[in-house]
Amino acid sequence: MQPPILTLVVFTPLIGVLVLLAIPGHNQRAIRWVALLAALTSLGFSLALTGYRPDGPEFQFRESLDWIPAFGMGYRLGVDGLSVVLVILTTVLSVVSIFYSWDPIQTRVKEYYATMLLLMVGMLGVFVSLDLFLFYVFWEISLIPMYLIIGIWGGPRRIYATVKFVIYTLVGSLLMLVAILAVAIAHGNASGQFTFDYLVLRGFSYTDNLQALAFIAFFLAFAIKVPMWPLHTWLPDAHVEAPTAGSIILAGVLLKLGGYGFLRYSLPLLPDASKSFAPIVIGLAIVAILYGALVSMVQPDLKKLIAYSSVSHMGYVMLGAFVFNVQGLEGAVFQMISHGITTGALFLLVGVIYERTHDRLIAHMGGLNAKLPRYAAIFGLFTFASIGLPGLSGFIGEFLVVLGAFRFNAWVAAATMLVVIFSAVYMLWMFQRVFFTVPSGWMRRFWPSLKDMSRNEWLAVAPLVVLVVALGVFPGPVLHALDAPMQRIVEIVNGSSGLTSFQLPW
Amino acid sequence: METLIVLIPALPLAGFLFAVLARPRLDRLPLVTHGHGGHDHDEHESGHEATHAASHDDHASVDETGFRAIPTEEEQAATSPHAGHADDLANAEGADGVIPPELADGIGQAGHAGHGADRPVYRSWIVPTALVGIGWVLSMIAFASVIFGGKTYHVTVYEWIAAGTFHVEIGFSIDALTAMLLLVVSTVGFLVHVYSIGYMDGDRGMWRFFAYLNLFMFSMLLLIFADNYLLLYVGWELVGLCSYLLIGFWYKKPSAAGAAKKAFVVNRVGDFGFGLGVIMIWTTLGSLAFTDVFARIGGQTETTATIIALLLFAGAIGKSAQFPLHVWLPDAMEGPTPVSALIHAATMVNAGVYMVARSNPIFAHAPTAMLVVASIGIFTAIFAAAIALTQNDIKKVLAYSTVSQLAYMFTGLGIGAWAAAIFHLVSHGFFKGLLFMGSGSVIHGAGGEQDMRFMGGLREKMRWTYLTMLVGSLALAGIPIFAGFFSKDEILGEAFNRGYPVFYAVGIVTALMTAFYSFRMMYMTFHGSWRGPAELWQHIHESVPSMVVPLQILAVPTVLAGLVLGIPPEDGLIHRWLEPVFAGSDRAGIVAGSLAAKEHGFSPLGIGGLLLVIGAAVGVAGIWLAYRWYVREPDAPRRFVAAIPFGLGPGMYAASVNKYYVDDIYQLVFARGGVLVAQALWWFDVHVIDGAVNGAAWLAQRIGARLRTAQTGRVENYGLGMAAGLILVLVVYAWVVH
Repeated sequence: MQPPILTLVVFTPLIGVLVLLAIPGHNQRAIRWVALLAALTSLGFSLALTGYRPDGPEFQFRESLDWIPAFGMGYRLGVDGLSVVLVILTTVLSVVSIFYSWDPIQTRVKEYYATMLLLMVGMLGVFVSLDLFLFYVFWEISLIPMYLIIGIWGGPRRIYATVKFVIYTLVGSLLMLVAILAVAIAHGNASGQFTFDYLVLRGFSYTDNLQALAFIAFFLAFAIKVPMWPLHTWLPDAHVEAPTAGSIILAGVLLKLGGYGFLRYSLPLLPDASKSFAPIVIGLAIVAILYGALVSMVQPDLKKLIAYSSVSHMGYVMLGAFVFNVQGLEGAVFQMISHGITTGALFLLVGVIYERTHDRLIAHMGGLNAKLPRYAAIFGLFTFASIGLPGLSGFIGEFLVVLGAFRFNAWVAAATMLVVIFSAVYMLWMFQRVFFTVPSGWMRRFWPSLKDMSRNEWLAVAPLVVLVVALGVFPGPVLHALDAPMQRIVEIVNGSSGLTSFQLPW
Repeated sequence: METLIVLIPALPLAGFLFAVLARPRLDRLPLVTHGHGGHDHDEHESGHEATHAASHDDHASVDETGFRAIPTEEEQAATSPHAGHADDLANAEGADGVIPPELADGIGQAGHAGHGADRPVYRSWIVPTALVGIGWVLSMIAFASVIFGGKTYHVTVYEWIAAGTFHVEIGFSIDALTAMLLLVVSTVGFLVHVYSIGYMDGDRGMWRFFAYLNLFMFSMLLLIFADNYLLLYVGWELVGLCSYLLIGFWYKKPSAAGAAKKAFVVNRVGDFGFGLGVIMIWTTLGSLAFTDVFARIGGQTETTATIIALLLFAGAIGKSAQFPLHVWLPDAMEGPTPVSALIHAATMVNAGVYMVARSNPIFAHAPTAMLVVASIGIFTAIFAAAIALTQNDIKKVLAYSTVSQLAYMFTGLGIGAWAAAIFHLVSHGFFKGLLFMGSGSVIHGAGGEQDMRFMGGLREKMRWTYLTMLVGSLALAGIPIFAGFFSKDEILGEAFNRGYPVFYAVGIVTALMTAFYSFRMMYMTFHGSWRGPAELWQHIHESVPSMVVPLQILAVPTVLAGLVLGIPPEDGLIHRWLEPVFAGSDRAGIVAGSLAAKEHGFSPLGIGGLLLVIGAAVGVAGIWLAYRWYVREPDAPRRFVAAIPFGLGPGMYAASVNKYYVDDIYQLVFARGGVLVAQALWWFDVHVIDGAVNGAAWLAQRIGARLRTAQTGRVENYGLGMAAGLILVLVVYAWVVH
């Protein structure tokens, strides 16, 4: 009997929450330590998942318990290579953001850490569920803590931003619930066995009409989360208002829930619809890639700039997912990992300067390289990672996606390749205005008291520095873990016939 | 031997990591370095420059033509491609006083400390320079083994990326072509390290400088060692990164920060094509390894090969600064001069030439692409030379000269004279590295002055700099026995032989211009009398030995390389060494009916000898003209411009001085235009897309507000509603059923 690793990974943070409840709110030091230890323990358990054998069975570390047997809902967990890398990304980024919050968060500390840990439970649960209903529950669990984090610990327009975020995402996820039910019912009616078991539902071939409608419902849920153009406008608002740690998690993990949803559910469950809708999705992805990069160029606010660049980078994920070849899909997942690390780090670094000046306007910066050389060096590293410099993680994902896109259509690849120019323009222009030349008049007020990164800030960003270099130089293990799952998706989708007899029900 | 090959790039990488990690313990710097010592470089940069900006107008009368005074700082800002950022940078003016003095690092050649107790101690150069020195020894062993031992080496380090059927390895391969590049990269690289010890002395950012230089050496070696296109691309991008870091080394200067970004972005325009080319190679041929690609390209149609070749060439245009992507290289002169010598003259900018030469089987299969390469090459050659004629900044002259000389190499590649192009790459690497380092010595000795109109007579004070630069200029001008003569005339001779008389003619005119501008530079700098501020004359001095010795060393191959490698012309040693690399492609690019098509080899007494004589004569003529105009009759240029018919002279001069306005057009179309498009899209995002989102929310609220009035709380109303609803349902049901 193996230990229930996945349960431990997912629910250790919940134990942390329970312990937090017992600690008096004024004992902030203890609260921070408990939260950090809970997250670290979860990270430790998640590292056990590196024992995943790529040549073994598809899903490993499986756990299965009855939950609501009457409706076929079960507590079914399991991971494949895709889940493993995303789970580890989540635990790493959670530890980073919880650790980073050590100094910046000084109000409602206990509630804050409890919320962060709950968020962790939701996100991790999504990546390990093998039951559609359980997946839905975790999906919604991950929504509420972020609502609170932006709404309570956020900036001046936090209420507007958080309500927009929640309603937008909720619209999508409710449609997804309908789709999940429809899929389960369709299977139940046909087979007489009513279940939400992912493995069972995946093997069933649904009618074209159902596939089309379910695809659209899933698509809305996932595309809002990614976010795909034109459903992206909640993202800049949410990022600008969110506290730093919220932004790290939002960009680093929550957006990946959308990408994961496509790869885990949309494509394998509804291959015919995926195949038929692919041109539309690819078109939207191209728009997102170029549009996000162009709009980034003129952003006055650092966080908005990174938020719009996320739209562009996540467009690559969508493009890679829907060109249906191994390079594109592996590139898409690698891009998710890399974007999580890079953008998470960039938001963290924006937080560093924000803590010092309480401002994020690029025009208010300037010359920081002179006063904060270490900060500038790390920021520069992630700037170039974001531009896709070879040797850092960003390059691998982007290159593989464009390679996959080229196999699909050369013009699509050429259009998206334009971003190698655009991303250099907006990131380097930003870098020049923030770090080079001389400080703005505004920044000079802070100049005498400006301090380079503190030890805690260093420790927080250090794991991301290691990862961004290590994944760029040695992407092998991650790509190897992704080989089999992505190959399977390619086979499923390319083996399908597409929607042949699709007609709308009205 | 395999270990040795891996060590060559690994050493500078280790040096980079060492410099970055050990940084705080390396240099001992006093806290305040400002304000003492009459030889403070910072003064040269800020104070001195300010007086110059004012005095330049007074000097307008000694301006060679008097048509246009040199642009003031403001004018330059207005015409530079970064004017769009002028708003952000407006606060840069006079900001010096606000920056705490301990941060002097990053503005020009800053921070020469005073003398005495607080003289800083610099040690950060030791390890990086030593490692590159060891690397040079290893490189020479590898070079000798490949060239004289006739071996080739191949090392696979590990599998880098694997996705499905896509595999790329970190693998190195060394053949004769790589060895030739290795010779230049290692030698000039090591000498530039030594030179920088003196040149960068007193700059608080010295550790940073040497760290970047080492990173550059690593990247460049990766580029030439790569055994596949993706690894080549990695090195390609990393040298671009180093170029960015080093151009922007003095990052507080807005012009340097802007030039760094411009260089990276313009290079990225080329990389757009290069990246697509690499991807297309894999999708059509199923591999990126050079050996596989070259073996399989023959099975593809000519169209496919042409598209691939042109995409690759787009990258070369960017990296090697060919028209229309040449605009970044002159601006790159904002970097410290050792950087200009190493990266922007001798090594990195050769990467494009190397890549095209390496891809010779692809280009040989794509005649149209070769013609494009040659045409862009020959056009850029004369275009850049025509700009170099009128530049007054000594480094700008050399920068445009570099563009022009690289263009010769592309002309050679495009007509199929592969080995001649590589020959010119090698000799140009040496003599242009020499010239740039010499110009750095001049700038250093003349207190930071770069404008040749305020120099003159320096040969009295800087004897070795003068002599070595003279050798370099003779090589650049193509005077016999010097390296440039053999390599350049070989390209021109091949152009003639292979049936490109027009290219040959343009090349000869360019050679005339080259000789003229290189000696215009020599005469303005070293001859005549000093035209700068009189008080500065006392301080002008020959540079320290660590700077002069590299010049002397580089003068040796500048004199000898041609004699050793290039005799007899078109069949010298270098041709025999490179024969295995270009064996399959050496008949490509030959026009039917040309001399080469008739197997008409070089003969000293035949056409070949005549061409050589013409080449030498043109070089002498250019020097003679420069002598007439800049030593004997300083008024002659003005009269010449006035004598151009239809009053076009002044306009032509202005066009040349202003680089034919290419920068300004790009600024208007791409920089301004791009920002406008981006702003329009952002407006669309906020008002249309997000407007729709917020509009939906608003609509829901309005509907809710209306419907709320229906909740009156009266049972009668609810009853009525229920009844009405029931009736409606029944009616619909009846209607649907029947």
